[in-house]
Amino acid sequence: MTEAQIIDVLTGILRDLIGDDGIVLRPATERRDVPGWDSFAYINFIVGAEMAFGVKFSVADVESFANVGEIAAKVRALQG
Amino acid sequence: MNWLPPVADFRAELQAARALADTPLRQARLVALAGCRLNTVETIQLDRELARLAADAAAAPRPVKLALLADATVDHLLPAIRVAGWRHGLTLQLHVGGFGQWRAEILDPASALHAFEPDFVLLAPGAHAAAAGVALTADEAQAQQACDAIVDELGAAWARLRQGRATVVLQQNLLDTGAPLFGQFDALLPGSPAALVARLNARLAVACREAGVSLLDLARAAARDGRDAWFDRGRWLQAKMAIAPQAATRYADLLVRLVAAHRGRARKCLVLDLDNTLWGGVVGDDGIAGLRLGQGSAVGEAHLALQQYAKALAGRGILLAVCSKNDPALAESVFREHPEMALRRDDIAAFVANWDDKAANLQRIAGMLNIGLDSLVFVDDNPAERARIRASLPAVAVPELPPDPAGYVDCIAEAGYFEAVSFTDEDRARSRYYAAASQRAELQGGAQSMDEFLRGLDMVVRHGPVGALELERATQLVNKTNQFNTTTRRLSAHEVRRYADGPHTLALQFRLLDRLGDNGLVSVVLLRDRAEDGVALDIDLWVMSCRVFGRGFEHEILNILAETARRRGAAELRADFVPSERNGVIAGLFEQLGFQPIGDNGAASRWRLTLADHRPHPTHIRHETGP
Repeated sequence: MTEAQIIDVLTGILRDLIGDDGIVLRPATERRDVPGWDSFAYINFIVGAEMAFGVKFSVADVESFANVGEIAAKVRALQG
Repeated sequence: MNWLPPVADFRAELQAARALADTPLRQARLVALAGCRLNTVETIQLDRELARLAADAAAAPRPVKLALLADATVDHLLPAIRVAGWRHGLTLQLHVGGFGQWRAEILDPASALHAFEPDFVLLAPGAHAAAAGVALTADEAQAQQACDAIVDELGAAWARLRQGRATVVLQQNLLDTGAPLFGQFDALLPGSPAALVARLNARLAVACREAGVSLLDLARAAARDGRDAWFDRGRWLQAKMAIAPQAATRYADLLVRLVAAHRGRARKCLVLDLDNTLWGGVVGDDGIAGLRLGQGSAVGEAHLALQQYAKALAGRGILLAVCSKNDPALAESVFREHPEMALRRDDIAAFVANWDDKAANLQRIAGMLNIGLDSLVFVDDNPAERARIRASLPAVAVPELPPDPAGYVDCIAEAGYFEAVSFTDEDRARSRYYAAASQRAELQGGAQSMDEFLRGLDMVVRHGPVGALELERATQLVNKTNQFNTTTRRLSAHEVRRYADGPHTLALQFRLLDRLGDNGLVSVVLLRDRAEDGVALDIDLWVMSCRVFGRGFEHEILNILAETARRRGAAELRADFVPSERNGVIAGLFEQLGFQPIGDNGAASRWRLTLADHRPHPTHIRHETGP
């Protein structure tokens, strides 16, 4: 999957979780840029992403992702 | 959750439901989705949509209030719990206690917990509690003492929660999340963390039984699914989630089926298809000798296992019915003639085999047994029949049987349709009651008139106050009865006992016997003295089992109530009738019994019977005062 495809899927997950179809994620998007993307929604988002891509992030990853681009890069790396 | 049907395109289904302008239609569509197999993200979406619906619906049923008190984060479980509520016919309102704060909240009468006035409280202690302060060198007695202390503390919390309230307490047991220390030797060492968790869980089950608390048996679920399906150490470290998000739907269903069982929402009847469900093959094509059933083939044993499971369910009070597209004589002959059949014809309380539509037949079965469609579980190997019933009779539970008959029993059993919170003599005898009921039906067919039939039954009522021996059955009847239920108030055993013990209240129980047998304890009436406008006796609640409908029993009970009221010096009997979704069958009860209406506020009507004017109703039931 390309970075753009992965971010598309991530966008869908976050829209579903927060209930806002206006959300647009870009590689540089951070959690604080998206209203409602609190720490609780973040864990749900991580769970949703793990399910969607069939991957498992390490606790270090989850703690240190700075933006959407880093999450997408990790998904690509884990998918090999 | 494999008993729930999958959804092909959840997003499209949700869109379609959302587009419906009509609230009841939208609700039906969304609730149907709540009955499907959903992942975490889908569950959160559906919960949000259902919450909007609850805000729209003016006449939504009163929500059931459930408080969750845990030593861990539970917020991620809430959407799944609410969705499970819809699946089980309940609107849940949830309260989450402060993280690890429940001991203080229970003690503090001014806490948010008490202000919430919960109907149900779940206590979910952390597994770390078990081993705290116990040395590895502890012997058997010390380990037991440590567990007793924890259970005593919980017991005090239960008592406190129930003090002065009808709160039902649900106690979660411990999930062993610890790592092996010695290895398999852990189990042999009383002071090892693993042994302490096992001991505490065993002790907890006993304490729950003794105190009438229901157990949320997480340990058993984890033993079945594997600990890793339930616990994700990463999530614990990240967010102190003791239940992994992936387990939320399963956890929620286990929890809510307990609540539903307390609210009389557990299913009552297992309806079985025959060909390729109860036996392998099609009897009309293959003949009795050609069926695969019983020893000698794995397929035959799988179908036999389903029969044996059904028989075991019947033994604990679940009704069995047959609903099959078949020639009735041929279908019945398999029960009589096939040597490997575990189920006999008289195990089946309602037997319907014909070529009619199964939806119509399920309605017929519900009618024959005098139970609601929402008491039925319909088991059929044919996906088309299942889809048809789900679409036309959404109240009926339809497990998504796997294609392999080897999985039938687990699929039905894991769905928890028949979750129980007690096991009474009535349950043990239920199948006998229904066998007698079908004989009565034959008798009725042979009688010239209803009057002659009733006279011929030689009925006797035995009644008295609800004592210690009747308390469990009386409570069960109060909470399971949906049709003949004047106010649908649900009460704990504690509360029923308060009616029995109080100086200004009465709890009466009624048994009906006839020449075909004892129908058991089939009616309970809770009464309260009322001093205003002269002295009256108020019927707070009256429930009667559908087993004895149509026998004039309610008239005889009223005669007894009138006599009781007179003896207490009352001039009137009064009663409320609160309509529910399911008690329409007695909407005219008080009018038929001669009461006068004295008010109706839409949500409830109030009735009065002046005893001076009342003459006993003639019935065919003789009296006998209970021991």
